[in-house]
Amino acid sequence: MNSTPTPRPPGPPPKAAEGARIEVSGLTKRYLTPKGETFTAIRDVSVTVEAGQFCSIVGPTGCGKSTTLAQVSGLETPSAGSVKVGGNLVEGITNGVSYMFQADALFPWKSVLGNVMMGPILLGTPKRQATDLARDWLRRVGLAGFEDRFPHQLSGGMRKRVAMAAALINNPRILLMDEPFGALDVQTKAIMQNELLKLWEELRPSVLFITHDLDEAVALSDRVVIMTSSPGSVKDVFDIDLPRPRGNVQEIRHEERFLELQGRIWESLKDEVTRAYAVSAGAA
Amino acid sequence: MTTLTHSETRKGEKPVEPESAAKNAGRIKARRRSASIWIGRIVLAVAVVGGWQWFTTEGWVDKFFFGQPSEIWDSLVKLFTEGTAFGTIWENLGVTAQEAFFGFLLGTFVGVILGILLGSNKYLSAVVGPYIRIVNSIPRIVLGSIFIVAFGLGVFPKILLAAVLVFFVVFFNAFQGVREVDQNLVANVRVLGASPYQVAMHVTIPSAMTWIIASLHTAFGFAIIGALVAEVLGAQKGIGLIISQAQGTFDPNTVFACMVIIAVVTLFAESLINLLEHRLLKWRPPNRSEAQAI
Repeated sequence: MNSTPTPRPPGPPPKAAEGARIEVSGLTKRYLTPKGETFTAIRDVSVTVEAGQFCSIVGPTGCGKSTTLAQVSGLETPSAGSVKVGGNLVEGITNGVSYMFQADALFPWKSVLGNVMMGPILLGTPKRQATDLARDWLRRVGLAGFEDRFPHQLSGGMRKRVAMAAALINNPRILLMDEPFGALDVQTKAIMQNELLKLWEELRPSVLFITHDLDEAVALSDRVVIMTSSPGSVKDVFDIDLPRPRGNVQEIRHEERFLELQGRIWESLKDEVTRAYAVSAGAA
Repeated sequence: MTTLTHSETRKGEKPVEPESAAKNAGRIKARRRSASIWIGRIVLAVAVVGGWQWFTTEGWVDKFFFGQPSEIWDSLVKLFTEGTAFGTIWENLGVTAQEAFFGFLLGTFVGVILGILLGSNKYLSAVVGPYIRIVNSIPRIVLGSIFIVAFGLGVFPKILLAAVLVFFVVFFNAFQGVREVDQNLVANVRVLGASPYQVAMHVTIPSAMTWIIASLHTAFGFAIIGALVAEVLGAQKGIGLIISQAQGTFDPNTVFACMVIIAVVTLFAESLINLLEHRLLKWRPPNRSEAQAI
């Protein structure tokens, strides 16, 4: 799986190779509960992700990390504040975005190939081209020969690979990842992290990556954003100056600089986690 | 069992033989199991039908009221050879099957459309929901009387009654199916730029299909019931008419014979639906209980 330049069919977004800068400023999102009360999920969140940067968001459970992503994707509209992608204000669905969830959002009734093809098909790519593109991507994630399987016939790691191919096939400017590897076992997780880093380095989309795993955040990212417990707001931002390419994720964990950064970030995160836990324990 | 085979292979250092022996043993076990199931089934059928025949011959149960298997057979033969007062049995069966079939189609069609519509629109479902529940709780079979008064003795009121019965079964399933759609999947497709139409075609409908098809099994039974009841209430042709005629002449055997005929038709339709289910839902993981049979 080296990056030999294969003649790829023309990808749908013509000039999307560069990731887009994401500017979140003063973002607040309130939800209306069925009883008519308002619930503030995030308050005054400001985050900037440079074009092609890998940014992780870490925070206690229920602090509005996923809410932030939903605003960036344009699936929801902010109550206050704004999101800009590549300098343009987000209104409606943002162009050139792909999502990856913790639960692999695959179509159980479509074959692996059909799943990966969905991206180009929805953009109106002719079926032949979409098929070729999907085959190419399945090869890139190491699933050549599994085209005709259905998702339930694959292991968890393989399903993640399919989801990854499906997310990257449109060559997105922005990749939103909501705890994508949260449900995987430790070994599979490490393999998938390496795989993700490799593909990211080829395509360089801007990434917003939600995780609970601090090691994961530090090992993968250029920037780590710590959020406070509910209502979520930005507490700290750390720039990770570990050199790229990072190489093996498992090995980087033992480097001195990694441990130092990880320790500093944990200091910041610790209070929030304890507070969030105390609140949820009190409520229960 | 597996551990046994493993230890054997290691000790004996002949990995091929114990493996195939275990396989053979498994196959024999499976075959024996299915044989015993079939024996059980046959014994049960013989006991019930034979017991019925015996009790009625001995006079412990009055065959004037409860019929007798041998006489049911006779009236079956008579139905097929001599026909009925309303034409041959095939003619009547054709009418009933036609009513049930079109009622089934109509009810399923409307049920699926409304179910998907209400399932995907929160406002609409909140408004209409209580009324649907009210209509569902009234005894709909009584509507048959109204339909016959309104539309006469022809085929149409039967189709309508069958459709009404089918509708609710399919509707509730389609509705639930749409509600159960994986929201991540919807979000994923929307972010990729899908229009509401594409979301429906690629996500909502295929996902609700599992539920809808599951409902079709019960729905066809309801279609038959609707057609039969409407025929009993008033008709010029059909199995229901034969049944009500037989009731009028104190002839339980013909009623039972008609039941047998309808049962065969329903089983046939059921197998067609099963075929459809296999075709449309081949992506589903195999049922685990099937594998446990060994």
